Amino acid sequence: MIRLSIQTRQALARLTLPVLILASFALMLLGKADALLAERARSALADGLAPIYRVLADPIDHARATWNEVANLWAMREENARLRAENEQLRRWQSVALALDAENLRLKSSLNWIPDPDASYVTARVVADAGGLYARAVLLSLGPNHGIRKGQIALDDRGLVGRITEVGARTARVLLITDLNSRIPVIMESSRARAILIGTNNQRPRLVYWPEGVNPKDGERIVTSAEANAFPANLPVGTVRYASNGVPEVEPAAQLQRLEIVRVFDYGVSGLGGSSSALASDAKAGGATKPQSPRRITPATH
Amino acid sequence: MAWIDRRPGVRPRPSLGRRLDLAARASFPATTTVLLMLLLEAPLGITGQAALQPAVVLGCIWFWSLHRPRCVPPPVVFLIGLILDLLAYLPFGVGTLTVLSCHGIAVALRRFLLPHGFAIVWLSFVPIAISAAILMWLLVMLLTFRLLSLAPAFFQAIVTIAVFPALAVPLGVADRHITDLERL
Repeated sequence: MIRLSIQTRQALARLTLPVLILASFALMLLGKADALLAERARSALADGLAPIYRVLADPIDHARATWNEVANLWAMREENARLRAENEQLRRWQSVALALDAENLRLKSSLNWIPDPDASYVTARVVADAGGLYARAVLLSLGPNHGIRKGQIALDDRGLVGRITEVGARTARVLLITDLNSRIPVIMESSRARAILIGTNNQRPRLVYWPEGVNPKDGERIVTSAEANAFPANLPVGTVRYASNGVPEVEPAAQLQRLEIVRVFDYGVSGLGGSSSALASDAKAGGATKPQSPRRITPATH
Repeated sequence: MAWIDRRPGVRPRPSLGRRLDLAARASFPATTTVLLMLLLEAPLGITGQAALQPAVVLGCIWFWSLHRPRCVPPPVVFLIGLILDLLAYLPFGVGTLTVLSCHGIAVALRRFLLPHGFAIVWLSFVPIAISAAILMWLLVMLLTFRLLSLAPAFFQAIVTIAVFPALAVPLGVADRHITDLERL
């Protein structure tokens, strides 16, 4: 070992902090110069930590379930009454839905409708919060050879969650529709007007760029549009709610605050697959003016 | 000459067990900080969990830099900041710069702050937490070329200030239980 005088050692010790602060600035430049570096480092770290998260997931689920049970015990009677009423209503809706479904099938068969191909999907557990103060994303734990690619679409049991933006060996990151970088082409269900849903990092993304003469109605359902071939059509996204300042926002159908299990669908949409999220959002915002994608075949009428 | 013979005084021979023990005690502050960070990454479903991660890291760094600066030397603080950058999806360098500044201020002020007790330590943490949140907010805006609302930064500052006493109590207990390495 090199022997240093006490003065030299003290001077060196005093120098470490300034040098490391300079190193932080260098790191910022490096992260700016090579955006992929950060992505790769994060993927590698997430892959390394995935086993820990998977071990942690069970006790956390257990604790959460126990907590929910305790909380539920208090409100059991009211809950039961509410559910009974809701069940009654849903039963009526179910019969309507079945009738409509049958009618839909009949009409489609008389039109020689070419059905959309069935999508294949992988179910994955949400093991970590992959966001932060200024990002909204979750981390999925996957088995080896999972076959998940960038740009695939994640849904929970109620609606659209987001898209895969980074894929590691055992993990994948899903950018939520509430993230600041999220841009999604959507259609308002009753007016069929197109719009773009942009994330704001808040719980409700904002609706922008709808055509003149159409106003989003409070409570109207919002579904994805097949514009730009980034999403298949008609995935449930949420319902319109007006914020206090009069800006139309969308209450996501998916439970983005409490994601536990999501399904990652491969719809074979190629519009933006593989491109980075920033590029994807730009392309999508621009894609709103493009003509309809070739995948949507207009059925021949007789 | 072994390092033990270089300094006068009576102390036990450094057996393997003892050296492991010393290493464990010395690395306790950094290890617990990293473990807390990892734990807060799990989907616990706490409201404002995203703000809790930088809050806990800043609180830990402030506490340990005041009480045991030798256990958290600048390179270790840098590493903790880097892990924060990676886990909290901050642009590279934002977390490192913030925690290094917090550490530097704590080390510079420790002789002045420590004798005054907990209330002063907490009060002096208030401006640190606010400036750390604003620094992170500014740097994220600068590095992502995006205008961000100030609300998350404000929320982070409040969470950081509020969480500090809850951190300081268990850390204080731990601090009393680790051998006083500063005098070794």
